[in-house]
Amino acid sequence: MLMTERDRVAGEIKNLADRLGHNRTALMPILQEVKAKYHRVDSYAMQVIADELGIHPVEVYSTSSFYAFLGDRPQGKFVIRLCRTISCDMEGKNRVARQLENDLGIAFGETTRDGKFTLEWANCMGMCDQGPAMLVNDKVFTKVTPERVHAILEDCRKVFGQHATERKEVHLA
Amino acid sequence: MSQLPTFTSMKAEDGLRKALGMPRPDLIAEISASGLKGRGGAGFPTGVKWNFAAAAKADRKYVVCNADEGEPGTFKDRVILQDHADLVFEGMTIAGKAIGAKEGILFLRGEYTYLKTHLEEALARRREAKLLGKEILGQDFNFDIRIFMGSGAYICGEETALIECLEGFRGEPRNRPPFPVNTGFLDRPTVVNNVETLAWAACILQKGSDWFKSVGTEKSTGIKIFSVSGDCAKPGVYEFPLGITVKDLLQQVGGAGAQAVQMGGASGLCVPASEFGRQIAFEDIPTGGSVIVFGPQRDMLDVLHNFLEFFVDESCGQCTPCRLGNRKLLEGVEMLKAGACSMAYLQELCALGESMQLASKCGLGQSSPNAFLSVMKHFRAEFMGRTHGFVNA
Amino acid sequence: MSTPALQDPARRTPASQHSLGIKPPPAPEAIGGQVTLSIDGQEIKVPLGTTILEAATKMGIHIPTLCHHPDLCVAGVCRVCSVEVEGMRTLQAACAFPVTAPIKVKTHTQKVRTARRHIVDLLLSDHYGECYACRRNNNCELQSLAREHGVDFFRFGHPVKPAHEIDGSSYSVVRDLNKCVLCRRCVRTCIDLQEVGTIEVVGRSDRSHIKPFLDKPLGEVVCINCGQCINRCPTGALHAQDYTDEVWAAIDNPAKHVVIQTAPSPRAAIGECFGLPAGQALTFELNTALRRAGFDRVFDTNFSADLTIMEEGTELLLRLKKALLLREPAAFPQFTSCSPGWVKFLEHFYPEYIPNLSTAKSPQQMFGAVIKTYYAEKHGIDPKDIVTVALMPCSAKKFECNRPEMDSSGFKDVDYGLTTRELAKMIHEAGIDLPRMPKSDFDAPFGTATGSGVIFGATGGVMEAALRTVIELVTGKKVEDLFEHADIKPVRGFEGVRYVELPITEVGPVPEILAHLFPHWAFLKGQTLKLAVAHGTANAKKVMEDIKRGGPMSKCHFIEFMGCPGGCIGGGGQPIPTSPEIREARARAIYAEDSAYAVRKSHENPDIGRIYQEFLKEGPCGHRSHELLHTHYTVRGKYIE
Ligand SMILES: Cc1cc2nc3c(=O)[nH]c(=O)nc-3n(C[C@H](O)[C@H](O)[C@H](O)COP(=O)(O)O)c2cc1C
Ligand code: SF4
Ligand code: SF4
Ligand code: SF4
Ligand code: SF4
Ligand code: FES
Ligand code: FES
Repeated sequence: MLMTERDRVAGEIKNLADRLGHNRTALMPILQEVKAKYHRVDSYAMQVIADELGIHPVEVYSTSSFYAFLGDRPQGKFVIRLCRTISCDMEGKNRVARQLENDLGIAFGETTRDGKFTLEWANCMGMCDQGPAMLVNDKVFTKVTPERVHAILEDCRKVFGQHATERKEVHLA
Repeated sequence: MSQLPTFTSMKAEDGLRKALGMPRPDLIAEISASGLKGRGGAGFPTGVKWNFAAAAKADRKYVVCNADEGEPGTFKDRVILQDHADLVFEGMTIAGKAIGAKEGILFLRGEYTYLKTHLEEALARRREAKLLGKEILGQDFNFDIRIFMGSGAYICGEETALIECLEGFRGEPRNRPPFPVNTGFLDRPTVVNNVETLAWAACILQKGSDWFKSVGTEKSTGIKIFSVSGDCAKPGVYEFPLGITVKDLLQQVGGAGAQAVQMGGASGLCVPASEFGRQIAFEDIPTGGSVIVFGPQRDMLDVLHNFLEFFVDESCGQCTPCRLGNRKLLEGVEMLKAGACSMAYLQELCALGESMQLASKCGLGQSSPNAFLSVMKHFRAEFMGRTHGFVNA
Repeated sequence: MSTPALQDPARRTPASQHSLGIKPPPAPEAIGGQVTLSIDGQEIKVPLGTTILEAATKMGIHIPTLCHHPDLCVAGVCRVCSVEVEGMRTLQAACAFPVTAPIKVKTHTQKVRTARRHIVDLLLSDHYGECYACRRNNNCELQSLAREHGVDFFRFGHPVKPAHEIDGSSYSVVRDLNKCVLCRRCVRTCIDLQEVGTIEVVGRSDRSHIKPFLDKPLGEVVCINCGQCINRCPTGALHAQDYTDEVWAAIDNPAKHVVIQTAPSPRAAIGECFGLPAGQALTFELNTALRRAGFDRVFDTNFSADLTIMEEGTELLLRLKKALLLREPAAFPQFTSCSPGWVKFLEHFYPEYIPNLSTAKSPQQMFGAVIKTYYAEKHGIDPKDIVTVALMPCSAKKFECNRPEMDSSGFKDVDYGLTTRELAKMIHEAGIDLPRMPKSDFDAPFGTATGSGVIFGATGGVMEAALRTVIELVTGKKVEDLFEHADIKPVRGFEGVRYVELPITEVGPVPEILAHLFPHWAFLKGQTLKLAVAHGTANAKKVMEDIKRGGPMSKCHFIEFMGCPGGCIGGGGQPIPTSPEIREARARAIYAEDSAYAVRKSHENPDIGRIYQEFLKEGPCGHRSHELLHTHYTVRGKYIE
């Protein structure tokens, strides 16, 4: 990471901590915000967070590794999470999964080389009556079929072209 | 939503207005009289819980609404938050008044991030209307609510794990005692209630405990919201009085002909067709509201496999029985599928399941073997000798 | 009495939350009130809030444990201590269940036995290792549990190949996750007790493992090598780097002159490795054993401890002179530098305070330098043929002797640091029955040592030794006139941080050995020396934060810091297990040894006088001393790439 970018990240974390508190109760929201913005919380960011909150970097690492939506692995701009739990399973999540892999050319747990897509499994996401359910970043898709997978990905690609970084502005059909 | 007549008929604000006019003990007494029991699954009497927290002495207290809804097959809290957020916030405010808290926290699971804007707007509207914030409805009562996002961990639905997460730790359940009502968030007395419980509390304040008690059984009063999915004609969210039989429920959702129903999600019980006459109530089949219907075409071993993968993934991993036990049960199911599990080993696994129920630290490990044990009890005959994994070397 | 930091509350209240007004719960005794419970039909009355485990222990009822440790807060994660409480649906963890009502407990019903057995079976199903090829063979809590619970087959299987690579990147600590049972005792040690925060549980579910930051090798992250985690690990998952093979090779090589120095605290503890109860020093038996094992010379680290006092005490007086007489800025408080764990802690977390660290080397390193110069010269041995071994209570000493700057003799000053446990292993291997060895003395020319050197092993010891010398050198009076039997009791004990003031009401003439440095002591007259002692780096952190805030600790002149709880007697290389009681027993042994010495003050040691006369020439802190006996430090910081 460039020095200037480091300073920027450090500054942002400092601001977040000023707003949310310089203690451990601010850890989750800070991790969430950093992750949302940079698609990962890297080693440097974790150490700055630890410093700001008065805890050890390994505690930040340990805490973030606990949560499926955090962790230190870099993720794509679009994180696709397909529900693998029972109701969606019975509604045919396996075929959707295969189509996602086919379309993206990656397996679950991987990120496309261009950094656009990350494919992950998720556990029940509260859409069991309309399965198979899938999250693309914050947006939920229900009754996903293998045929719809391609269209959803295409929509992401289009949006991606317009807003390369700002995830918050992503609106999908 | 027309499926929720009792909720839609409620006018948020009325319950709060009434609650603010009542002395605290009367308020809690009203909840106790209704017999309302926790809708999150454990079924702890809400009045008792509030009473404990009200009696605890501390500089600060907290009300937490548990919207981490992660139990497979459960989605009613999502619907309640979408359609009746005001009732939930009102319930939280009433709880705040009841126990003497000034701060409420809605713990919203990360998967429901898309609800956040809608909920923030509802909160803003309530503040505007003086239903939240300083001097609510002109009375000497301050209370506000903030939203805290989860980050993808089923175990954070367990109340002490939820509190750990709020405090910025790994969502690992705490040792109990002490209980959250005495030592909760930041070691302060904290009431953690399910979304639905709080919404009902608001309704009860409005209509009175007798209205609530008019349906249900003696020990399980009122209406319960059910999330129905799986092999049925009309999956979705339903309101049924507690005490309804599995058979009646299936009738209504178009699930007749099922070979089994999973009640209470992956950690609940697997009820075979032969027991469809049983009642859904805390005294018989307790439930958090998840109903998953399995048609005759389903292989119960596949179902079990899916459940156990879920638990292996979602166990917090701190205690031995759950961290390693679920792994062993999962391996056992894989062995059964491969025809490589002897009857003797299956019995060992069932005994292990019982030990897990007894010795695990929290409800996850204590209930994760339920499905395994009930499937093995009711469907064992189907699995034995089904495949042949023995290789003669 | 024991350290407050060690008596952590039942539930962990991390330091990071103190700002939120969270106070640790009061001790059960403080709440008042008693409750009677019954365990296996026997009744006992205990203070409210006592755990079932504590009550059972009081009654002599054994409940097995694994994640519980007397030094650490309750975790309640292994569930081995499960017991049945009448009226409760599930079993309860005895270590984590505070008794507040008259409950009835049963500790070995069928349910309990089955559950415990299953837990042990599960742990073994995830445990790769063969006991006979394990460091902790015969001293392993998992092994004992398996034996206690009659494990005679692997009910749920047993791994046949390792799932994790062994991490041997650190000079001091080896991690073998294949043997880890995830009891988290190391985590609680490193974060709560030591406040270093090197390791934590990473990942969730059965993918969770104990890892350093970003899963880096231990040698690349912030770790002070204190080895406290090793001392509290119930299994062989954490152990110290072992140099016994190298030492044996040196002994076997006739061309090598192998000398060993032994520090006081291992001598007070090594008996525990031979089945003796804690608190029996085997100093002179050990001399015989070491000679029989093949060491050419056996020296007493006390000698260099005395040398350290001379150098460090003089350094303190020089700083005082600079500030009070010359009115120049001087770095106060002066910090002791003999604990390498503490030194590395400071280099990482408070590098801006490096000027405050005494430049005096630790006794181990001073001795190494002296042996390869003075001793080599005196005895006509080529220093390249000398192998210096140090028996230390400490795993951080292994790192210290490998610091690149520790070569002032022209060679590696100390070749190998051995822990108490390693040496015990060598003695066992040599078939020597240590406790039954005849006693024998240390070798000349460092044969005489003083009680001051001995007490270095306990927290407060360095301070006491320094005071004995400084008081006498400055006032010209006997310490005995001020403190009965020259026991400076206020600095003793196990309280985490202790603070003492010592007014200097009168001064005497400057003794000859310091005459070239100080014209007179007048600048000290009427001054009050402010002194503090801290042990365990969590306490060190408290002191350092107070200094940063400009609190009372910042007004101190001299502060003794020990990296390990209890000081060296609780060092990371000491026999396992450890507990407040064990450390107290070891400390008692050390103070008893001190009392038994004829000479109890460093400056009265005739060998010390001789080395200054014959070799160091210019007195303490002179040119040669600086070259051989002093060192410099490295700014490390806490950020890693
Ligand atoms: C593993 C586990 C998961 C849980 N998940 C939830 C959940 O998602 N939502 C919920 O309200 N309660 C959940 N609970 C129950 C809570 O611990 C707690 O009992 C509940 O929030 C109390 O609210 P109530 O009394 O209103 O039901 C869970 C419990 C366990 C053991
Ligand atoms: S039972 Fe499972 S989820 Fe609960 S504390 Fe133990 S490991 Fe964690
Ligand atoms: S850690 Fe203990 S149980 Fe494991 S191999 Fe070593 S001695 Fe045996
Ligand atoms: S040696 Fe000390 S600092 Fe290093 S991991 Fe162990 S306890 Fe922590
Ligand atoms: S390394 Fe040792 S102390 Fe740490 S968790 Fe594993 S077994 Fe326990
Ligand atoms: S099972 Fe997929 S959303 Fe619930
Ligand atoms: S010793 Fe009690 S849970 Fe581990």
